[in-house]
Amino acid sequence: MAKLVQLAARNLMRYRRRTLLTSLLIIMGVAAVLLFVAISGSFKQMMIGQITDSMLGHMQVHRRGYVASIESLPLNLNMPPSLVGRIKQALDHEPAIAATAPRVKFGAMFSNFTETTSLRVNGIEPAAEAAVLPLLAGRQLDGARGGPLLKRGEILVPVLVSRGLKVKAGDTVVLVATNKDGSVNGKTFVIRAALESATGPGGRDGYIHIEDARELLRMSQPEVSEIAMRLKDPAQVDRVSANLEAALSDMKNKEGRSAVELHSWERLSPFANIARMIDVLTLAIKIMLVSIVLVSVMNVMVMAVYERIREIGAIAAIGTPPRRILALFLSEGLMLGIVGTVVGVVLSLGIIYALNVWKITFSFGQQQGLLLAPSITLQDVITTAIMVVAVAILASLQPAWKASRMDPIAALRHV
Amino acid sequence: MSLIRATNLTKTYRVGDVDVPAVRGVDFTIEPASFVAFVGPSGSGKSTVLNMIGCLDHPTSGAVSVLDTDVAALDRSASAAFRGKNIGFIFQDFNLIPVFTAYENIEYPLIMVQNWPPAKRRDQVRALLQAVGMTDQADKRPDQLSGGQKQRVAVARALVAHSKLVLADEPTANLDHDTAYRIIELMRKMRDELGTTFVFSTHDPKIMREAEVTFTLEDGRLINHGEAAHG
Repeated sequence: MAKLVQLAARNLMRYRRRTLLTSLLIIMGVAAVLLFVAISGSFKQMMIGQITDSMLGHMQVHRRGYVASIESLPLNLNMPPSLVGRIKQALDHEPAIAATAPRVKFGAMFSNFTETTSLRVNGIEPAAEAAVLPLLAGRQLDGARGGPLLKRGEILVPVLVSRGLKVKAGDTVVLVATNKDGSVNGKTFVIRAALESATGPGGRDGYIHIEDARELLRMSQPEVSEIAMRLKDPAQVDRVSANLEAALSDMKNKEGRSAVELHSWERLSPFANIARMIDVLTLAIKIMLVSIVLVSVMNVMVMAVYERIREIGAIAAIGTPPRRILALFLSEGLMLGIVGTVVGVVLSLGIIYALNVWKITFSFGQQQGLLLAPSITLQDVITTAIMVVAVAILASLQPAWKASRMDPIAALRHV
Repeated sequence: MSLIRATNLTKTYRVGDVDVPAVRGVDFTIEPASFVAFVGPSGSGKSTVLNMIGCLDHPTSGAVSVLDTDVAALDRSASAAFRGKNIGFIFQDFNLIPVFTAYENIEYPLIMVQNWPPAKRRDQVRALLQAVGMTDQADKRPDQLSGGQKQRVAVARALVAHSKLVLADEPTANLDHDTAYRIIELMRKMRDELGTTFVFSTHDPKIMREAEVTFTLEDGRLINHGEAAHG
């Protein structure tokens, strides 16, 4: 075996320039794929984190049909206390859930007493909301930053509205809303802070205390529009979702269908499509890598067999078993793949380390100075390495097979 | 008991729609430890006969047995194994592995064809290097050796695995006369020392006189069988 490897290595070094060029192609391909996976993965995770940790949470529970009508924020699809209690009980039994936050959502008119605009209002329990959305407090642009997210009588206003209506922290404003019976009610609030948008310049979500929301909507009982959840491990969304689906399945509506619906952040945010696009791009880059390795290694091995036909004839004639000849040429392809992969991995890890040292920042929506921290998992490295080495062997297979099946006489006569 | 026995050995190649006879019903026997030459002009069928003895080619009809084995009946793997165990080859163009040294070329059959332990391998390769007078060239690669030196290495490689038979197809064709003569002398010396049967082909009249047994072929037919006393 050692002699086989030695012979393979020497044969590769026989054509130094060709071997070097092919190795370089594989090295650059491996490095490009790993860097893309590291950077795009970092970008994706950061964006997902921004969306889940400052706006949506990882999962939400709604009454059936609520999300389908969410543009109108239908108050008649709020969940009554009895349903909320049963849901909370089920959520409390799921150990993967780190925190839950009930919300009352509704549309309202926001006025500074001279101008008026529309607002999507979230009635929240400040402590619970902060536990589910740890980045929400960081979106406050001015006003009081310490303490609870807000107190009763306070409102967090989206920066779009605060700038448009020229209001600032400490100003008094009024919210006017229609309850589900059609009555209109108003309530004054003090602006606690302007709130940076998590997704872009169009964000119109404001936050008030959940009790203020219920008071404004004159709720006779503490209804809830949705319950947001934070998971201990965001990667467990599908598993937790399946568990909760089972746990909530006995809650039926009048039509006998499940009374509630579970939605992961992916089903609530359009960024999930961007995340999927990044995954597709990653796959496309990997396919390109496979093509590069396949074509370059196959080219080298086909040339190697063609140029060594007489030599193959000689070693076959003196009794080298066909399987050994096959192994010899496979070893050469394998060696090219291994060397290219090892150097490519080392190179990409070096660049990833350098990118983390240099601390590259970028902007996303209203979020400025986000730190790009590319990282790569051992699984990604191993998967890419196995893929490249396997393709290198595959690319060598046909030329190696041809060499092992060569007729010694014809090969020895080859000119 | 004969080492090689050919009976009505025939080989016909198909070229397009035409049958081209290369060997036409040849009969011969070769005894162990003999020094044999197949002679004749180019195209007379010498190489084809050697190829069939070496189980590199199959006869169209007739039979050839080597060491009591019907080599025509062996499949690809079995014939490779048979060659590796029993037959050494010396080629006109030397056909050494260019990336290996002389030592490693001689060692090759003991690793890639057979599976000798390292110490035994080392002793055998050193003994062969000494026997063919190449000890001081052991670390040189083929492109650093002369034609005669390359053929000496090839002779050592053919003998290293204790082959009972060495087939050499025009082993002196690419060498000048003096070198060719020395290679034939070396082959005979190795036959004397090891008892290995050497069968070679040549169309050089001076070289063919060195053989103890000659089979003369012409147009695929055996036209003469001669024996000469050498001492």
